[in-house]
Amino acid sequence: MGSTGSYILRRVLYLIPVLLGVCAIVFLLFNVVAGDPTALLLGKHASAEQMAELKVQLGLDKSLFMQYIDIVKSAFTFDFGRSWSTKQTISSMLAQGAIPSLTLTLPAFVISTILAVLFATLVAYYRGKGIDLFVRISCIAMMSISSLVYILVFQNVLAYQLGLFEISGYEFGFPDFVPYVALPIIIWVVLSLGPDIRFYRTMILDEIYQDYVRTARAKGLSEKKILLKHVLRNALIPIITYLVNQLPFLLLGSLLLESFFSIPGLGGIVITALNSSDFPVIKAMAILSAVAYIVFTLLQDILYTVADPRVKLK
Amino acid sequence: MGMSKTEVLVNNTQASDPLKGKSLWIDAWQRLKKDKVAVACLIIVILYAIVAVLSGVGLIAADWGAEVGPSYAAPGADYWFGTDIFGRDVLSKVIHGSQVAMSVGLISSLIAIPIGVTLGALAGYFGGWVDEVIVWFYTTFSSIPQIMLLMSIALILGKGINTVYIALGLTSWVGLCRLIRGEVMKHKNREYVQAAGAIGAGHGRKLFKHIIPNVSHIVIIFTSLQFQIAIKSEVILSYLGLGVSGQPSWGTMIDDAKLELARGVWWQLAGATLAMFVVVLAFNILGDALRDALDPKLKGKD
Repeated sequence: MGSTGSYILRRVLYLIPVLLGVCAIVFLLFNVVAGDPTALLLGKHASAEQMAELKVQLGLDKSLFMQYIDIVKSAFTFDFGRSWSTKQTISSMLAQGAIPSLTLTLPAFVISTILAVLFATLVAYYRGKGIDLFVRISCIAMMSISSLVYILVFQNVLAYQLGLFEISGYEFGFPDFVPYVALPIIIWVVLSLGPDIRFYRTMILDEIYQDYVRTARAKGLSEKKILLKHVLRNALIPIITYLVNQLPFLLLGSLLLESFFSIPGLGGIVITALNSSDFPVIKAMAILSAVAYIVFTLLQDILYTVADPRVKLK
Repeated sequence: MGMSKTEVLVNNTQASDPLKGKSLWIDAWQRLKKDKVAVACLIIVILYAIVAVLSGVGLIAADWGAEVGPSYAAPGADYWFGTDIFGRDVLSKVIHGSQVAMSVGLISSLIAIPIGVTLGALAGYFGGWVDEVIVWFYTTFSSIPQIMLLMSIALILGKGINTVYIALGLTSWVGLCRLIRGEVMKHKNREYVQAAGAIGAGHGRKLFKHIIPNVSHIVIIFTSLQFQIAIKSEVILSYLGLGVSGQPSWGTMIDDAKLELARGVWWQLAGATLAMFVVVLAFNILGDALRDALDPKLKGKD
């Protein structure tokens, strides 16, 4: 276990250079390439004095190196300053946005995962037969339509024309939010079924051609039993790692769905910030989502090495 | 790889040998040819490319900007796909939109491929600290969710088609880089590379003349999939107000529909979606078929 410990320690320490790199990309984009934002914020008729004053306020009068240090500091303290447009502290804005995002993404994620694994197991059982081909073609066809088209059509038909769901908006508190997130959840599930079924099917088929399956078959187990008792259990490891990998995106929310249905989640906040060139909010979200991604990838790696003894540690 | 190491050796040392005719590419083409669906998809892609070039030089759909009928005329005998708010022919716009779609796919690939191949090849070939630095670089890059990076780059560079090219190109090289790195690692100690070294080839020659041609099938598969990702991303960027302006694109047409659908105007959405669906589906299927044909060891996995 000593090697596992030192491996985990090394992986944890590796977070630091990666996070510094993320800060460098954000810094390059917003502090170097983007140029002076004060003119943008104050409008055309601002005096030079006003602009200079604002620069001091935003910390942009400092040297580039110090500006980079500021970004690094914010990445480690999660103190991202205030939004340029709402003047709120960004950390409180994001804390508020997390709940609506999760009420949408978490149920959507659970439902789509269960459905996709069920379908994938089914088509893996009937692999090579008509139903397998049909599901595979449907998956590719579904993936070939823009996600925006699903959102537009579902909202128009199910909410606007048939009146089954709220057209847009949000209310805090259970169960008040349910009618508002129901349709976005349905759209999320429809959008993820294509890629997810394809992925899980591949994972399951990877296992089906392993030696232990041939052994199980040779000792006379039924195909159904092999699939459910042996294959699915072994395919669980790649499936779980895939799921862990997706968790950071649940925090980020669904940018398109939230902005389209006016759900005040993190995704909606990002889009609003984008439309008003609110750099600090976008910088904060880029850094935070990267932190989430890095941490969850680390968890996934650790989980993988602990769960599967065949994985060799480097 | 579809050919044994000795065959590769023969290829590299005896240029006039008849065995050269049965190269990886010919072999792959013969396998691809048997797949009728894949061939049909290839033809569709070529047709779209021809339409894109013809509309680009102004031979077809050049009048997309002209007012040819009333505002929002429904599809009928006069206007097969109807007209938009300004009375412009939707069919012409759909045709002209293929130009944006195909160029977004092509140019974003042309940006991503040199970055991905160069970094991946250097990392895989030299290993050591070069590898560490490049792996750190792409780990960093891929830590920021692609959509966040895409939006940030597009926001900073400002609206316009060049922004779409650059943003999509800069955010899509990591996957390719990873794959190339892995393949080059496997190839660098193979006999044909050792043989090249034995007859005096340096690092540059071994890498560019011998290894990269042998891993270039990855680039072909990547390009096919990159096209469909780029075409779909253009729609998202249009929705975010960061897309193309001054010429019709499928993204802006679909985005227009958010105001049109409530008024019962569905044809602009339908026209752009249909055009997009056919070519994206073709690229998807072609990408899978190319992977099966060019990378036989992956066959049957997906």
